[in-house]
Amino acid sequence: MPEIKLAENTIQLIIDICAEFENKESELINVLHKVQGKLGYLPAEVQEVIAKELKIGVARVYGVVTFYSFFTMIPQGEFPISICMGTACYVRGAEQVLAEFKRQLKVEVGESTGDGKFSINCLRCVGACGLAPVITVGGKVFGRVAPSQVKEIIEEYREGCVVDDPKTV
Amino acid sequence: MDTVSLIIDNKPVVVKKGTTILEAASGIGVHVPTLCHMKLDDLNIENKPGGCRICVVEVEGRRNLAPACCTDVNEGMEVSTHSLRAINARRTVLELILSDHPADCLICAKSGNCDLQDMAHQLGTREIHYKGEQSHYRKDTSPAIIREIDKCIMCRRCEMMCNEVQTVGVLSAINRGFDSVVSPAFEMNLDHSECTYCGQCVAVCPTGALTEVDHTGKVIHALSDKTKTVIVQTAPAVRAALGEEFGMEAGTLVTGKLVAALRRLGFDHIFDTDFAADLTIMEEGTELLNRLGKHLAGDKDVKLPILTSCCPAWVKFFEHQFPEMKDIPSTARSPQQMFGSIAKTYFAEKLKIKREDLVVVSIMPCVAKKYECGRDEFKVNGNPDVDLVITTRELAALIKLSNIDFKSLPNEEFDNPLGESSGAGVIFGTTGGVIEAAVRTAYEIHTKKELPRLDFDELRGMEGIREATIDFDGLPIKIGIAHGLGNARKLLEDIQAGKSEFHAIEIMSCPGGCIGGGGQPYHHGNADILKKRQMAIYQEDSNKSIRKSHENPYIIKLYEEFLGEPMSEKAHHLLHTKYFDRTE
Repeated sequence: MPEIKLAENTIQLIIDICAEFENKESELINVLHKVQGKLGYLPAEVQEVIAKELKIGVARVYGVVTFYSFFTMIPQGEFPISICMGTACYVRGAEQVLAEFKRQLKVEVGESTGDGKFSINCLRCVGACGLAPVITVGGKVFGRVAPSQVKEIIEEYREGCVVDDPKTV
Repeated sequence: MDTVSLIIDNKPVVVKKGTTILEAASGIGVHVPTLCHMKLDDLNIENKPGGCRICVVEVEGRRNLAPACCTDVNEGMEVSTHSLRAINARRTVLELILSDHPADCLICAKSGNCDLQDMAHQLGTREIHYKGEQSHYRKDTSPAIIREIDKCIMCRRCEMMCNEVQTVGVLSAINRGFDSVVSPAFEMNLDHSECTYCGQCVAVCPTGALTEVDHTGKVIHALSDKTKTVIVQTAPAVRAALGEEFGMEAGTLVTGKLVAALRRLGFDHIFDTDFAADLTIMEEGTELLNRLGKHLAGDKDVKLPILTSCCPAWVKFFEHQFPEMKDIPSTARSPQQMFGSIAKTYFAEKLKIKREDLVVVSIMPCVAKKYECGRDEFKVNGNPDVDLVITTRELAALIKLSNIDFKSLPNEEFDNPLGESSGAGVIFGTTGGVIEAAVRTAYEIHTKKELPRLDFDELRGMEGIREATIDFDGLPIKIGIAHGLGNARKLLEDIQAGKSEFHAIEIMSCPGGCIGGGGQPYHHGNADILKKRQMAIYQEDSNKSIRKSHENPYIIKLYEEFLGEPMSEKAHHLLHTKYFDRTE
């Protein structure tokens, strides 16, 4: 595991988030959720700070991080791509869409591209089953995605011409 | 008191409300098999995640089967523990567990002592109908404990011990579904964690997933090396438990047979850690009185309470968890290390041999002692004071391997000069014993009067935290006792918060003290065994003609011939130590 030295202000950020939840052990999931929201991922060093603040073993923190697929220890790309594998999306071809993303970006689920631009993850249902299959890139939702559109979507982000307001294409 | 009437296997039963089906059944002699469940009565230790599903029983009118260990009884309940459905389910559950378990029982370290193996026997499993994926993990070897996680059945007893009882927090269930397993954080090795090597995970593991590092082979090699003099020391708690490995009743004292067995194994001198326990009392007791004297004289730099330092898991615990308090515990080394230090100086000089030609072997109820003897501060030019540590269980294996019929051995005596001990040395083996031994000596040194009594019942027992005030002829000495590291943590937090009023605190890592050590014969969840061992320890104390450490003639001689007086410069060099901040 590569060792990361956390910046002072990152450590302070984590400490503040823990304090916001009164350093309660029972708030571990909420703390992890918020910290990942800020940092994008939960590397070992971050988990160690959280464990210390909540006065619990770091093994327990790691146990929770590895239990929930939402939490990740790998840095996400600048544009995190999530493919919905919920039932509706699945039956309407999400697997082929995922395969195409993997082929185009040459990474596996949970990994990031070498340039740090993209990462791929799977999730279960974003509540837009009518638009299945659905993917999200960052905060933006794409509906009725066909494998043939994948290349286009990636190119859009790579060229930096996508506006940030969420809309359906 | 609210009671509940129910029927179990056609027998009417009346039990207290809140009783589980498992407990109610056990009360009428119906022993529902369990695997993950474990309860140590009087120690407040219970594991009942309801995870293994071996204990399922059929309840009339209930749709699904009920796990007996975590289902409370209800009025009018009709329970069948051995209906066709219950037996089928139980066997299926076991087969599923076995389908992901390496079937290497013949050569497994736990063979003959394995709860899973016993269960397969009890349920008459002759075939495994399920073939599926098997989990594979790398083996993790540390200085004291081996994790062979392919054999883990996720009962989570170790996790409960590590987190709830010991509050060490090194082990946790990680990942999910088929991939879930108990592991240190980030799947690191134990020796990269804050593990104290207390071995309580080993003591409760139902399978061979957690075992001690086996040094019996190294002992056999040492014994067959004609160029070496091999001596052995045996800890107090070993004599109160070793007999169990040979089918003897728990609590049978086997001191004489133990000595005889060690002699037959070929050790050149059979010595006793109890001797070193007496030595520990001389040093630690003197240190207590020094610190107390200065404190009473108003010296603000002297810190109280003084904490005992015999237990290596406890030492490692505070080095990791409370490093800012590392100047509070006594600087006295543990009896094992005092013995090693004296053996390789005083005794080696007597034999006129070099320390490198003397091999010191320890028989310990403990797996942390394996780690302790390897600490750098207990070596001289790379040569350790204690070379090899084997547990009570490993000694039993060695005795069996050497074709010795243990039960028919005569009672023999320890050798001198390092084999004589007082009753105070013996009680080091149980919670409360170290501080009682210290009181017997410190009282007489401080008051210069003879103790009016020798048995301090107020210091004895199995309560996790105990306290008592002992009258030192007008000076009330407040004493605290904790066993189990979670209990120790409570006392330490009080000290940190400035709330502690104790002058001295005894701490042992294992529930019950060394009698419940991680290297002892497996108790299989029966806490009565620990109580019987404790009674045996106090029995041995009462049987002794000398019961105070400072009256041990060989201790007196050791100071006269070699050390000078307690806390002398030489004693400091050989018998005291320092502690390290391990948070860095």
